[in-house]
Amino acid sequence: MNLFRTILILAAAFLAVFGEATLPVLHHWLGAQVDLLPVLMVYAALNADIATVSLLAMLGGLWFDALSANPLGISILPLFAVGFLIYLRRDLILREVSFAQLVLGTVASAIVPLLTVLLLLTAGKQPLLGWGSIWQWIVMTAGGAAATPFVFALFNWSNRALGYQPRTETSFRPDREIRRGRL
Amino acid sequence: MFRKKNYLALGAVTLLALLILSLPPRVTAHLKLTIGSLFLPLFGLANITQQLPADLADSVLPRRELLQQIDRLRRENDQYKVLAVQTAAIARENDQLHLLLGWQQQAPWKLKLANVVMRDPANWWRTLQIDLGSRDGLRENLPVLTAEGLVGRVSAVGLTRSQVVLIGDPNCHVSALVENPAHDTGILSASGPLDTSLVDLTYLSGNASLKPGQNVITSGLGGVFPKGIPIGQVVDSRPVEFGLYTEARVKLSANLGALDQVWVLFP
Repeated sequence: MNLFRTILILAAAFLAVFGEATLPVLHHWLGAQVDLLPVLMVYAALNADIATVSLLAMLGGLWFDALSANPLGISILPLFAVGFLIYLRRDLILREVSFAQLVLGTVASAIVPLLTVLLLLTAGKQPLLGWGSIWQWIVMTAGGAAATPFVFALFNWSNRALGYQPRTETSFRPDREIRRGRL
Repeated sequence: MFRKKNYLALGAVTLLALLILSLPPRVTAHLKLTIGSLFLPLFGLANITQQLPADLADSVLPRRELLQQIDRLRRENDQYKVLAVQTAAIARENDQLHLLLGWQQQAPWKLKLANVVMRDPANWWRTLQIDLGSRDGLRENLPVLTAEGLVGRVSAVGLTRSQVVLIGDPNCHVSALVENPAHDTGILSASGPLDTSLVDLTYLSGNASLKPGQNVITSGLGGVFPKGIPIGQVVDSRPVEFGLYTEARVKLSANLGALDQVWVLFP
């Protein structure tokens, strides 16, 4: 488990939730706030271990619900469901390709709010829904999709700049050293 | 595909999520406020960052400009003092008339100014949080307003922060009265998720005589909002359920999309 990567992902989730609650610029312009937690979940599922995926779902969901009128804990399961499915299939995904990241970001950003609203309705809550919700869903999906390659690039850069890099093996082998004697 | 570690993670997360969801509402409310308080240092930092440009602008404002502002504010203050004397005289007269008629006297409103610290990050709720809590005397269901009109009500109270549910959210129902000769009353209910300036006024009587531009105020029914707080103006109306009752769209006086400071009303 790369602890540095886990801390970085959780710190990003914390800041993302805070930003969503305090920066209503997108909400003013487009009528919807973009959620970055599904995007972070895609990154975690492709690059981190299952413990990080679980921690992100738990803490990210709790942080989000604590600042929102959602029942506490309702965002955990949708986030984890998406992260878990990607994690199981991650060996088949070309994670370094931007297009693959974009597609996964789109799918995750589309599914997480849908599952959350579905859970809210199942729990007997009455979220604010209408025809305008379709527009909000499109904005959330498109915003998440657009943010995914940037999030990947940012994490890759920060991992290279700040993370622990394993020492590269040299090709030198003492048993194959050519010892030259006197000519 | 499934390994033991994955099974364990799946089980643990599902179990924990279900456990948290099944907690009693009181415990969840406390947990929410505790988790939300983790963001307090960031809120402080954000406030300082937001105030910095204003402070910088203040520090470079010319002296002449400041003197002009002081002069203008002094004149405004004098006007408000005269208005306050007039209002006090009218209030005294009103109290005397109330006494003569045997009506219950209205207590004067006490207001407390609060800063809006954050908005709901979820698109399907319309709430915000303010920087006043139980240590400032706040309690649930207190009305929240601006100088323009009603904004919502306090829905949850923490020590230093409170959640306000805004008009148009499915959890904020307001009994409203249209200022027309018939004094039609209805319920303000949830509106569409995109436009925050329009709300629906429902359950008006089938023969309600509504005209665009008529003022809508709180009716005082229900015990949460005192009578007479301005809400907005009627935009249009239509009969619903084969004329059984009427529904109207109301344009809110307060701009819910640009709230920085609000007043909490202690009736």
